[in-house]
Amino acid sequence: MNTCYPEAGMSMVKVLERLGHAVQFHEDIFCCGQPAFNAGYWDEARMVAGPVLETLAGDGADAIVIGSGSCGAMLKVFYRDLFAKTALEGKAAAVGERTWEFSDFLVTKLGVTDVGAHFPARVTFHDGCHGLRELKVKQQPRRLLEHVRGLELIEMREAETCCGFGGTFSAKFPAISTAMGEVKCASAADTSAEYIVSNDSSCLMQIQGLLDRQKKPIKTMHLAEVLARQ
Amino acid sequence: MATEFSQKFKADAKRVAGDLRHRELIQGALRKYEVVRDSCKEAFQDWQGAREGAAERKSDAIDHLDTYLEEFASKLEARGTKVHWAGTGPDARQIFLDILKEKGARSIIKSKAMTAEEIHLNEALEKAGYSVVESDLGEYIVQLRHETPYHIVFPAMHLTRGEISSLFAEKLGSAPTDNPEDLTMIARAVLREKYVTADVGITGANFAVAETGMVSITENEGNARLTAALPRTMITLLGIEKIVPKLGDLALFLPMLATAGAGQALTGYNSMYGGPRQPGECDGPEEFHVILLDNGRTALLADAEQRDTLRCIRCGACLNVCPIYRNVGGHAYGTTYSGPIGSVITPHLRGLQDWKHLSQASSLCGACSEACPVKIDLHHHLLQNRRNAMASKPVRWEKLAFRAFGWLAVRPRLLEALMPFGRFGQKWFHWIVKGGRLDPVRVWTETRELPAFAPSSFTQLWRAKKRAEAAR
Repeated sequence: MNTCYPEAGMSMVKVLERLGHAVQFHEDIFCCGQPAFNAGYWDEARMVAGPVLETLAGDGADAIVIGSGSCGAMLKVFYRDLFAKTALEGKAAAVGERTWEFSDFLVTKLGVTDVGAHFPARVTFHDGCHGLRELKVKQQPRRLLEHVRGLELIEMREAETCCGFGGTFSAKFPAISTAMGEVKCASAADTSAEYIVSNDSSCLMQIQGLLDRQKKPIKTMHLAEVLARQ
Repeated sequence: MATEFSQKFKADAKRVAGDLRHRELIQGALRKYEVVRDSCKEAFQDWQGAREGAAERKSDAIDHLDTYLEEFASKLEARGTKVHWAGTGPDARQIFLDILKEKGARSIIKSKAMTAEEIHLNEALEKAGYSVVESDLGEYIVQLRHETPYHIVFPAMHLTRGEISSLFAEKLGSAPTDNPEDLTMIARAVLREKYVTADVGITGANFAVAETGMVSITENEGNARLTAALPRTMITLLGIEKIVPKLGDLALFLPMLATAGAGQALTGYNSMYGGPRQPGECDGPEEFHVILLDNGRTALLADAEQRDTLRCIRCGACLNVCPIYRNVGGHAYGTTYSGPIGSVITPHLRGLQDWKHLSQASSLCGACSEACPVKIDLHHHLLQNRRNAMASKPVRWEKLAFRAFGWLAVRPRLLEALMPFGRFGQKWFHWIVKGGRLDPVRVWTETRELPAFAPSSFTQLWRAKKRAEAAR
């Protein structure tokens, strides 16, 4: 998000500030450590995740809001496993408690479903797997999208089917990953939507990467960018 | 290092994943399954509650397996059943061969049993000179093709009616037909003959009821009933994890298995076997043998993290929803148990280093765990298998790469300084090699475009915003 999709991040800031919240950003956090964790290298994952945990544990913020269900699940669910029986176990649990995926934070924590956005377009929503199944984020983004002026939400048949990204999986098994992505793209195309919106940039990278190669007109966009439009 | 198994998997998976005909056939069939499954789930007052209950019952069974197994065996033996304990596949095969020899058997009819696939029973029996015929239609079809089952519940789902018709025409000399009923009748004519001439019937089992000492068999074609009832000797092979404590547990497990496995409210035939023909009874086998198979299951029992995999009722629900399975198909796995459950347990049954690639071949989407009726934490077990594999035998370059990444990731200033190089390289050089052999990110770019480095990173935009706010 920092390198390739900064607009998604800036949009989150915009929406949160519009709702009256003070936002801070930790410039020293680059990655949550999920790639090494998922690949099985837990020591190397802790090299990255340890400092993240220390920074977040001491930052005094009321909530940690993440624009990715996958990174959110890493902090909220998997840090507990990664740091189980270590000195950071307590901090992992405490940080997990304060961590929210962006749409979940708005709807569940703040009780906001209308952020005053305006985006006249046909949109279909892709459920990122980690957000959906680890964090139980399903209705939250839809509640938000329903309140966007001019937006028409069209559900695709395979909304809950994995896009095939899966981190290092997409590089280790590119053929399977691509086939999964193609199924996703075809399902999205069936809806006649102009945009595939999701709450996870990594899924969008996979989907957009395939759409660009196939020269399909449908575009991907992060949920926060939609919500920031006025 | 990549093993021969992982190389074969990669090659087979790649071939099938790109096969659009396969994709349409399998995913079309499984989409229909999803619809009927969901309508059957509606018939449960509380599907999630039923899952909780089922997981609890099976956990109880697994946690007290020793007691329940003894109860099961002693009840069976009291009615004259011979119970055998097989530690390994070869042990189980030997027990079969000994029984067959003692009975002077020649011809064997067999109904569907994944445990038999697991121990490669048919090969062993054929090698010893016995004729074995599969009586389940799907199994019969894959047997004629000399294939392993494509799916643990639907063995021949990868074949079209046309392909089955040509197979029957070639092997059985039947006239070509596109009608499923006709195809069934062709197989039935052959199989009916086998039932009455077979000396021994071999079955698997879906549940083993400890309380009553009964084997429960679920099927849709009536073939298992004939396999059990007609030959003089019946042999049932089952894994030791098939135990359920009480007869009443089946009131939950039978509809659950039917719903999750096939999208049926209840499977066509559910039969219970508690022993050979008793005095005064007019039918049933004269001799009944039950072979209880361990074959790595007690090792799973000793694994506190993954013991829950022994709850598995082999319904195949995790295969049906798995996007990997739906794209690579059942044969690519090269295992008896395919799909998520296979990827989790095969490393335990056949060696972690040889089979770890199956745990890596997952996007960890979690659809399997969500679908599992007995709530096995499948996708998290895949993560644990990865961790265990890398902890015992790391891939050196990978470990080094993650170490280097770890070093860099906590140095954001350095990363920021490197970003312009990345941006420059992507813009001016990457297109020259993109997607080709020299492309360092070819695994991605062969089929997909890379996202572009943004002109400014989030950090830069954030700082600019803060500067602007301070200036105001």
